[in-house]
Amino acid sequence: MDESRPIFIQIAEQIENDIIDGSLPEGSQIPSTNEFAAFLRVNPATALKGVNRLVDDGIVEKRRGIGMFVTVGARDRLVERRRAEFSAQYIRPLIIEAEKLGIDIDQLAGLLRAERIDS
Amino acid sequence: MTPTVVRVDGLTKRYGSFTALDRVTFDLEENRIYGLLGRNGAGKTTIMQLLTGQLFPSDGEIEVFGRTPAEHADVLRRMCFIAESQRYPEDFTAAHVLKAAPWFFENWDAAFAERLVADFRLPLKRRIKKLSRGQLSAVGVIVGLASRAPLTFFDEPYLGLDAVARHIFYDRLLEDYAEHPRTVVLSTHLIDEVANLLEHVILIDQGRILLDRDAEEVRGTASTVAGPRATVEQFVADRPVIGREALGGLASVTIDGRLDQADRVRAAELGLELAPVSLQQLIVHLTGTDLAGSTEQEAAA
Repeated sequence: MDESRPIFIQIAEQIENDIIDGSLPEGSQIPSTNEFAAFLRVNPATALKGVNRLVDDGIVEKRRGIGMFVTVGARDRLVERRRAEFSAQYIRPLIIEAEKLGIDIDQLAGLLRAERIDS
Repeated sequence: MTPTVVRVDGLTKRYGSFTALDRVTFDLEENRIYGLLGRNGAGKTTIMQLLTGQLFPSDGEIEVFGRTPAEHADVLRRMCFIAESQRYPEDFTAAHVLKAAPWFFENWDAAFAERLVADFRLPLKRRIKKLSRGQLSAVGVIVGLASRAPLTFFDEPYLGLDAVARHIFYDRLLEDYAEHPRTVVLSTHLIDEVANLLEHVILIDQGRILLDRDAEEVRGTASTVAGPRATVEQFVADRPVIGREALGGLASVTIDGRLDQADRVRAAELGLELAPVSLQQLIVHLTGTDLAGSTEQEAAA
């Protein structure tokens, strides 16, 4: 866990990552908050707060007495949101560092192409 | 709202001219895990002894489960206090302790205690005074967990416990707390190890409360900004500073208050390094001697 940010946000992000990469498909059940708490060694209230954040965002839904499930359309919404944040989160710091080192945009583009992982 | 288990108002404890606790006010809510943190002699044990009716306050009010704890058996029965150096009757073995425990704790789970004995590899038949320091601590931890008291205090429960045993304690505490929620107060110096277990933090220093906040709120509230001194000073100009170090033209300043995305971008543009401050580091800053005077006002504000 990263010290600089609230744990509940990190827990929410971990679940989001699992939804985006398909290890938690839409309609599947996510682990219980007590399971998260035990696995990550965090207070169950913290884990609950993380999961509730996803409930508020409509990414997972509560089925009373059964558990929490990934909603239909959750993955598309997450990908869309992550794309919107991509620039501020990754591109901006990249450009700041590149400018510091005197790498111009064309060189940077070249570096990106060279580093691209074929898939 | 969550019911309040403990209500303390203006609690003061004096020993002659020495004031161990100075007008302390806080509440403990039901079914949460609290960290009672602070340096040696800060007043942590005094608070727990007052709450469990082992000491009488010099001034102020204490209510535990709605009543004064001292001399109220129905209140005392619902509490378990694991002291740092618990004394046991001469010739007692750990087996005697576990046999006697259900007389004091109505929720005692003998099967759980047995499992913990195996986890901690505690020799049951050896006399307590022959146990190692770690094994003695294990006896306390087992009693504290298996008693399942609605209000459980652990006062530095793990003197001498090795890292493996401490993690067994954290794991079992979390598991059992999830199944049987109760109010737990954990007093410890090993702040980094327990930081993620805590829901709420009460920091006490020299008999006064410095911080009384949810652990999630505390996390990420402080950051260290490092870089060229003038740039750092410019960046932290309007922020509450809780620690300051300088080396030549470089400075490293710890500030209280959350940094947002815009602050981070600005710091990166200025070429400043931002580093998170752990709960333990924050407490070192808040209770360190150099800035204690000024931080108290900032923490109270």
